[in-house]
Amino acid sequence: MSDVPFLDITIFVPLAGALLLAFIPTQRSTWIRYGALAVSLIAFVTSLGVLLNFETSNAGFQLGSTASWIPQWGISYATGVDGISLWMVMLTTFLMPLGILASWSIEKRLKPYFIFLLALETGMLGVFSSLDLFLFYVFWEATLVPMYLLIGMWGYERRIYAAMKFFLFTLVGSLLMLAAILYVYFSVQNPTFNYQTLLAQVHFDAGVQRWLFLAFFASFAVKVPLVPLHTWLPDAHTEAPTAGSVMLAGVLLKMGVYGLIRFAIPLFPNAAREFVPWIMALAIIGIVYGAVVAIMQRDLKRLVAYSSVAHLGFVVLGVFVGSIQGMSGGILQMVNHGLSTGALFMLVGALYDRRHTRRIADFGGLAKSVPILSGVFLFVALSSLGLPGLNGFVGEFLVLLGTFLSYRWWVIPAAFGIVLAAIYLLWAYQRVFQGEPDLEANRTLPDLRVREMIMLAPLVALIVFIGVYPKPFLDRIEPAAQRVVTVLNQGRPTPELQSSAETQP
Amino acid sequence: MIVAAGFTAPHVELAGIGPEVALVVAGLVLLVVDALVGDRWGGWHLPVLATAGFAAAIVLAVGVWGQNDIQFSGMIATDGFAVFSKIVLATFGVLTVWLARDYLTAEGIEEGEFYALLTFAVAGMMLMASAADLIVVFLALEMFSLALYVLVGFRRRSRASQESALKYFLLGAFSSAFFLLGIALCYGATGTTNFYPATQGDPSLLTYLASTAPEHLGLLVIGTGLLIVGLGFKIAAVPFHMWTPDAYQGAPSPVTGFMAAGSKLAGFAALLRLLDATLFSLRTDWRPLLIAVAVATMIIGSVLAVVQEDVKRMLAYSSIAHAGFVLTGVIATSDPGVAGALFYLATYGITVLGAFAVIAVISGREERYVRLTDMKGLFYERPAMAGALTLFLLSLAGVPVTSGFVGKLLVFGAAIQSGYTALVVVGVLTSAIAAFFYLRVLVVMYMQERDGEVEVSRGGWFGPAVIGLAAATTIVLGLYWGPLIDLAEKARFFTG
Repeated sequence: MSDVPFLDITIFVPLAGALLLAFIPTQRSTWIRYGALAVSLIAFVTSLGVLLNFETSNAGFQLGSTASWIPQWGISYATGVDGISLWMVMLTTFLMPLGILASWSIEKRLKPYFIFLLALETGMLGVFSSLDLFLFYVFWEATLVPMYLLIGMWGYERRIYAAMKFFLFTLVGSLLMLAAILYVYFSVQNPTFNYQTLLAQVHFDAGVQRWLFLAFFASFAVKVPLVPLHTWLPDAHTEAPTAGSVMLAGVLLKMGVYGLIRFAIPLFPNAAREFVPWIMALAIIGIVYGAVVAIMQRDLKRLVAYSSVAHLGFVVLGVFVGSIQGMSGGILQMVNHGLSTGALFMLVGALYDRRHTRRIADFGGLAKSVPILSGVFLFVALSSLGLPGLNGFVGEFLVLLGTFLSYRWWVIPAAFGIVLAAIYLLWAYQRVFQGEPDLEANRTLPDLRVREMIMLAPLVALIVFIGVYPKPFLDRIEPAAQRVVTVLNQGRPTPELQSSAETQP
Repeated sequence: MIVAAGFTAPHVELAGIGPEVALVVAGLVLLVVDALVGDRWGGWHLPVLATAGFAAAIVLAVGVWGQNDIQFSGMIATDGFAVFSKIVLATFGVLTVWLARDYLTAEGIEEGEFYALLTFAVAGMMLMASAADLIVVFLALEMFSLALYVLVGFRRRSRASQESALKYFLLGAFSSAFFLLGIALCYGATGTTNFYPATQGDPSLLTYLASTAPEHLGLLVIGTGLLIVGLGFKIAAVPFHMWTPDAYQGAPSPVTGFMAAGSKLAGFAALLRLLDATLFSLRTDWRPLLIAVAVATMIIGSVLAVVQEDVKRMLAYSSIAHAGFVLTGVIATSDPGVAGALFYLATYGITVLGAFAVIAVISGREERYVRLTDMKGLFYERPAMAGALTLFLLSLAGVPVTSGFVGKLLVFGAAIQSGYTALVVVGVLTSAIAAFFYLRVLVVMYMQERDGEVEVSRGGWFGPAVIGLAAATTIVLGLYWGPLIDLAEKARFFTG
């Protein structure tokens, strides 16, 4: 059973589907919609194969494959997942069918829309599964173009500005990373891009390591995004079509944190440790700043966008505090954020479909006309602000616990961020759904359709499941997380030590 | 054979310049046949004969692959580097021929001279790649430049075309003067113009450098500087780039594409042979100059492209920026640097030919629609053309899965390997600036709706075929570039 290369199949199913989709005549919009949905479901099913075959206690990379690609340059097609990337892959394949359902109402240029969306999925899955720096970079950049076109072609009023900003911010960061990748490549005896070989061989002196870390960090911090590199995010999230926002918030942001965990910390552990206080400071500023700005927003979608800045601040805090609780909490929180914020964007999108506005002031008293939508919104908002029993609580609690263990005083501003989250989410809920509907348009809205319920139900179910029983998730995360924490805290053993350790029986 | 006493016939071997000879012959035959045939065969004999010439050139070039030789008393180097460049140049030539076929017939300016000039130009460019003597470099330079001056002005009813031809000619002549002065100084300093010794013990720049103390090389250094100026014009490096936007804008689009691809490769071929393979031991003198030129070229090319409203002009500035990127490979002064530069120039040439091919197809009669605003909503009217142009622009921007990314990876990698990390950082940051104006084209093609009347597109199948071929090459070499870089690495210099 495990002979089947589920991971590689999962990566390329969406791309193959996108190519097939190109052959469906443009007028056949129903075929295109169901075709895209089917492709994304196939990818989800094959990714279940990855999940089921995953060995829980194994901290290394599994289920991948290696093939020679451009041998003279030490480039190979190498994939594999560990407990960290496993959940990122699952999150991607899980959110994509829901994102496609959320795009059901798109009429204009349907075919390129789904083609780009599926191409984007392959890019994201590739980023999370690559064990070769060249391959990683290719996938990393490959996500850029489809997302750029998704925002620019199907976004709202300021879409072109937002798309451009998104592309250029990310590109500047990733080009610096490219220079650093090349430097790393040439630094070892037999130049190679293979991640695991590099990991065993690289050792830089402090100065060089600092620059390399910063180059990688620049690329990933833009993506996360960490304050002050976050300014592309509110524009991109707000202007993107619903599925675009779901994928941006749900998965693309995680590529940044994932990159930090997978590449920046293990390759340059000493520099990473040196910068920990700075990064934690940025994370906490992000938590508080994101929350405060979210409170001020008049646009519901922008509010959700800024809440992402705050949430990702939590994630980065957990990753860099240097304890296993913080690290696992941060990783779990990535999944949680993908689910909760994904659901919030879908709900905002559903509201926009009905009222063609996102301004909070245009709503009011919607609980009367759309009780189910309002209920789901409240539920998701509560999960997002960390109500015990729902998923957000588990992640945030672990992050705070981990922070408390190593940096006691930093917990105070971080915890304050949760209070602020309660303010912006509940206040938004209150203004949109509670009270009397004072506008005629708000009285007669249709409630959630069956399609919308189908797309929200899995999210709601998982939100509860992780909140009540996070063990299956944490069990798989912890072994891999532990390795990163060890490297972050102690630096990497020098190559000599490692090789002698390997020769012992 | 009757030979006068005491006279030994020089050993003449034509293998080294076989491709050039084939092309010149093809060009002459073409002119004669055209005069005899006239309009009878619908003009088909022209592209077919030109293609035959290029095919013969490729065959002859492949035939001497692996052969390392200095021929014609040290004037011509037959080595991997020359052969690789010649094959690539002939490929550019074939693509240009078929692209031009549709274009010229639609514009009503199809003449035998166009194809003949094209074969002469390619022959000159090929000669640049194997020239191992400053005089031969100059001859080759003039040979392809003169042909290009005429080709640029080939839309003879268009004022823009005439103007750009004149500007190109005047500035080109100016740069030739610099180059000649450089030759004079080098000759004055060393007493020879040969790069490599033809036979053991013959005078040459290489032997001169090896036997002379560094403090006596002042005149040669100044001469080298002037040679770099002369070649800098041809590769469109700042501050010798002034002619580029005007010439690119006014020239017929197929010619612009050919010029961007071919004269850049030819200029760089001579530059690489001169600097990396001949004046290598002078590198501490010329490298700072070249670094300054490269930085200025990358920055000015990228920044000025941002404000262009004419797509051909924008691509002209982009071609300036690309000269800067390739220069980082030259500055690396290493085998990977040379191989990377060759790979870059080959793939850049195909990509830029493709881009100008798209422009040739969509620009309408007399190239009326070449402004950025004319491309609004192109994706909805001609999705294939817009898709191909997107691919070419992304390749020029250096996005992965395209050959442009690999080229950048190779030259930047070589520069990092040689320790020029700061230069690479400048390179990647200017690439980000450059991405902005490529994205601007994407914005108008995909995200804006057409507001005016629908343009008339040129018909014909050869243009789209060339575009398809270029697009396929761009993708394939972006995904699987091992074989080509293998060849580029084997394309070494032979220095006698």
